[in-house]
Amino acid sequence: MEIKVLGPGCKRCKKTEKVVREAVAEAGADAKVDKITDMMEIAKYGVLGTPAVIVDAEVKSVGKIPNKEEIKSWLA
Amino acid sequence: MGKESQGNYFFPAKANLMPYLYLSIGLVGFYLWWLVYVRLSSVSSWLTYTLLGMERSSHLGESVWFFLYDSPKVMMLLLLVVFGVGIIRSFFTPEKTRAILSGKGEFFGNILAALLGVVTPFCSCSAVPLFIGFVAAGVPLGVTFSFLIAAPMVNEIALGLLYGLLGWKIAALYMGTGLSVAVIAGWVIGKLHMEKHIEEWVSDVNASENFEYEERLTIHDRVVYGWDAVKEIIGRVWVYVIIGIAVGAAIHGFVPEEFMASVMGRDAWWSVPLATSLGIPMYSNAAGIIPVVEALLGKGAALGTVLAFMMSVIALSLPEMVILRKVLKPRLIGVFIGVVGCGILMVGYLFNIVIQG
Repeated sequence: MEIKVLGPGCKRCKKTEKVVREAVAEAGADAKVDKITDMMEIAKYGVLGTPAVIVDAEVKSVGKIPNKEEIKSWLA
Repeated sequence: MGKESQGNYFFPAKANLMPYLYLSIGLVGFYLWWLVYVRLSSVSSWLTYTLLGMERSSHLGESVWFFLYDSPKVMMLLLLVVFGVGIIRSFFTPEKTRAILSGKGEFFGNILAALLGVVTPFCSCSAVPLFIGFVAAGVPLGVTFSFLIAAPMVNEIALGLLYGLLGWKIAALYMGTGLSVAVIAGWVIGKLHMEKHIEEWVSDVNASENFEYEERLTIHDRVVYGWDAVKEIIGRVWVYVIIGIAVGAAIHGFVPEEFMASVMGRDAWWSVPLATSLGIPMYSNAAGIIPVVEALLGKGAALGTVLAFMMSVIALSLPEMVILRKVLKPRLIGVFIGVVGCGILMVGYLFNIVIQG
């Protein structure tokens, strides 16, 4: 499973990355978490806001910090 | 369908009760809020003049009173407004706004974009993906700019604070002129046909790769959304608010009456351009700048000059220019600053001429 956290480096983006990593660790999921800060890369995903979370090429959340329960439900 | 989810006559399904539950909690909460709010003035007077024993009409006493009165007042107003608008905003997403705006004609599209800029959730760190997403989906460049100008400038924080601290007339004036600047500046940028001044890589982004992202929210989700907005926004702006109020308090207590009238008054023609250019390198948000504005107005500064200063601080900020530079070539950035700056100057002069005394 591949998880990408999109965000140029604002506070909310960093928080999102942290929450995602924690959720993955807690769920013991076999997932690779990448933070994408490059604007060109972010633009390719077609999201209109950051932070955004992409799980296996699917946009799961945009413009908000997801909570852990939400993230865990994507990992299943 | 299971019995639990359907409910019965005495205990309707949970989902049906939720709106009423939240409505009653909301009303009780608002009543408590009101009880505290109306007592702020007397409590701050008591704290300053009785408990701290400061002398009324002394410089320090006036400053301390202003600070002790304004800080809780601004925070309480922010709490209410940010929560309320957070719930309204949960009905608007950038995705929906883009769908409404794509393919809209120029002038009408600019008006719509400015209005949607007020209610669509936006943070300046999202400006670049939003810009690309809008342009790639066929939203005209000028219409996109109307949105990008209105979104940070005419927002719930500015309106709520202006209403609470300076009254509804100034709040309405600010909203009306802010929207006009966004509409006209966006329209002008559209007319200049500056599409070739967008960085090349933007058009290489494959728009067909766009994902459709749609969320269905329950009342509970919307309340959570509103509360998250409160935590997020107040957590971010409280420092600005306190600094703004401290500056405002110093002006309130120590700057002589009518001093501002000579520097920022209606008769000084250069005060509007000066206020506008001073505002560009300053970076604050609406929450921090409004207590300063309140104090300046109290010392005889002209409304037009102060509005120009405020708009320039919020709408033209260097950090946002640096972010937008990733997608816009220097010339388009220059035009953006120039056109918005001219709009702000016009607002400043207009109010200084129209509003007497």
